[in-house]
Amino acid sequence: MKIAVCIKQVPDTTDVKIDPETRTLVREGVESITNPFDEYAVEEALLTKEKYGGEVHVITMGPPQAIEVLKNALAVGADYVYLISDKAFAGSDTWATAYTLAEAIKKIGGVDLVVCGKQAIDGDTAQVGPGVATQLGIPQVTYVSKVREIDVGDKRIVAERMLEDGKEIVESPFPALITVVKDINEPRLPSLLGIKKAAKAEIPTWTVEDFPVDQAKCGLEGSPTEVIKVFTPEPRGGGEVLEGELTETIPLLIDKLMEAKVIK
Amino acid sequence: MARLLIDKEACTGCEACLNECPYGALEMKDDVAIVNEKCTFCGACVDVCPVEAIVLEKEEKEVEGLDISEYKDVWVFIEHKGGKISNVSFELLGEGRKLADALGCKLSAMLLGDGVEECTQEVISYGADTIYLTENPILKEYRTDSYTAGAVNLIRKYKPEIVIFGATTQGRDFAGTVATTLYTGLTADCTGLDIDPDTKLLRQTRPAFGGNIMATILCPRHRPQMATVRPKVFPMPEKDDSRKGEIIREDLPISEDKVRTRILEFIQVAETVNLMDAEIIVSGGRGVGGPENFVVIRELANVLGGAVGASRAAVDAGWIPYEHQVGQTGRTVRPKIYIACGISGSIQHQAGMKTSDIIIAINKDPEAPIFKIATYGIVADLFQAVPMMTQEFKKRLAR
Repeated sequence: MKIAVCIKQVPDTTDVKIDPETRTLVREGVESITNPFDEYAVEEALLTKEKYGGEVHVITMGPPQAIEVLKNALAVGADYVYLISDKAFAGSDTWATAYTLAEAIKKIGGVDLVVCGKQAIDGDTAQVGPGVATQLGIPQVTYVSKVREIDVGDKRIVAERMLEDGKEIVESPFPALITVVKDINEPRLPSLLGIKKAAKAEIPTWTVEDFPVDQAKCGLEGSPTEVIKVFTPEPRGGGEVLEGELTETIPLLIDKLMEAKVIK
Repeated sequence: MARLLIDKEACTGCEACLNECPYGALEMKDDVAIVNEKCTFCGACVDVCPVEAIVLEKEEKEVEGLDISEYKDVWVFIEHKGGKISNVSFELLGEGRKLADALGCKLSAMLLGDGVEECTQEVISYGADTIYLTENPILKEYRTDSYTAGAVNLIRKYKPEIVIFGATTQGRDFAGTVATTLYTGLTADCTGLDIDPDTKLLRQTRPAFGGNIMATILCPRHRPQMATVRPKVFPMPEKDDSRKGEIIREDLPISEDKVRTRILEFIQVAETVNLMDAEIIVSGGRGVGGPENFVVIRELANVLGGAVGASRAAVDAGWIPYEHQVGQTGRTVRPKIYIACGISGSIQHQAGMKTSDIIIAINKDPEAPIFKIATYGIVADLFQAVPMMTQEFKKRLAR
């Protein structure tokens, strides 16, 4: 089986803080990490390969420093990694990102299964997975919490989707794209050997010259959406701590909650 | 290709743009700002520069073969399960009404399903002037292929200016596919929608970076303008059963053999109320201490008719299934009341719940970050405070 995984480098939001004076993001000391959901995607690809054979190709689109997330993927066992990076791709919205990733997957060729995290923690859109599937013209199974079975001969996958009110069991033929939630597996840690191998690896970078993209559909200009304003939200008020004995504070709290007229 | 240009002569080195950039793409070199490859051309720096030294240069090309003026009306996608319509669709009809009034156009609903005609009056009662209806046994359950085929057919034929969807698992799966097929913009999880009075474009405002920043987004040259909105962002509109509306039927242009996925089974979750629909959520965190202790959380949730949530710490410890996890790597919820018990309130947890109307924090540690965002906090052991709350509610609600 040939498996492709799309991953993204994101700022670690644990470190993201708002400067109380200027009300802007404090960037200093904010590390870049692999989007947490994408680690589950890489792990699922590796587990699938271990069970059914094949190879795992990991791609990311981003600035040159995004190469770090590919090194992480190599260190845990990805067979091939590719950095999709070109100034022409900068400013891509979800449509242009999905288009570019799909073209890269076509260039890899013969992919049976594409795995993506359900969303990235910086943008939180969950749109790129379905976008890539649609651009490739392949079926999608989103919010997968478990892959039940893969029939390599028959080329089909059965997976559990995590919905709001339960689990839906879906069957899809190959090639297919799945997006995965956190519950699906426990990502492995890289081995020492893996880290060494990744550190030495030459990672290919694909620019607009290296695969056949229509530049009119890439980057800021290929993106249907346009950000016109970025601002910091009003800080949430509140912070009223009720002081005193519980025998007083609990009835007081409940008075306040009953006033909201939500509790029936 | 787009470029961000900084006029070295004009730049005063004030660093205002460095602070504003959400991506860390600006840095100082020789006392003037320079841009690095992390730039996404979001334009945040352009507005903040006091001397107008930053210019975002881009080509604004019309989309070939697209006449924007042909696109009229606001549409709401009606999400339902077996004919029971999701509340988010009614909320969107309420908001859609405002957008349609601002544009002076009609509000329409897009309804796909099997035997759903009986839902139409309800959709009209909540504000739709027209319903575009496609019925077919293939549409009995939501599947990406069949619903996309139905929606794309209706949108191409009737050309709505705006289409909004609920940001549910179905809405996100669906809207992403429809927008990609139509080559148009889609803005996820909007918390604000309004019409620009001058350009008449839909202004879509949404949180990013775990709610730490907000962005306003336009879709100027592609149609329709599409957005998803989470449940409970907009209020339920008034229902008016005397309203009349028109129903326009279209056939589904796809047969079963072209629908690639099959639903084999659906397994309902045990908890009666799901987190996305719940008006009240009682959540437990590390402070709960073990799986058996979640009974304290459940009892309070039961008395209030609410759902049970959990922090990542409680889920990772194996005390409660992942379906209950609230936060960045779990679900994002927006109840009327969120009661956090023994949850410290990390940034990741806050990202999943801080837009709740009222937040109650019960925690032993007075320094816990949850108290900073809590509407009301009580510094106490949850095993004392929560059962007392349960008893007090039982008394007041006569349960």
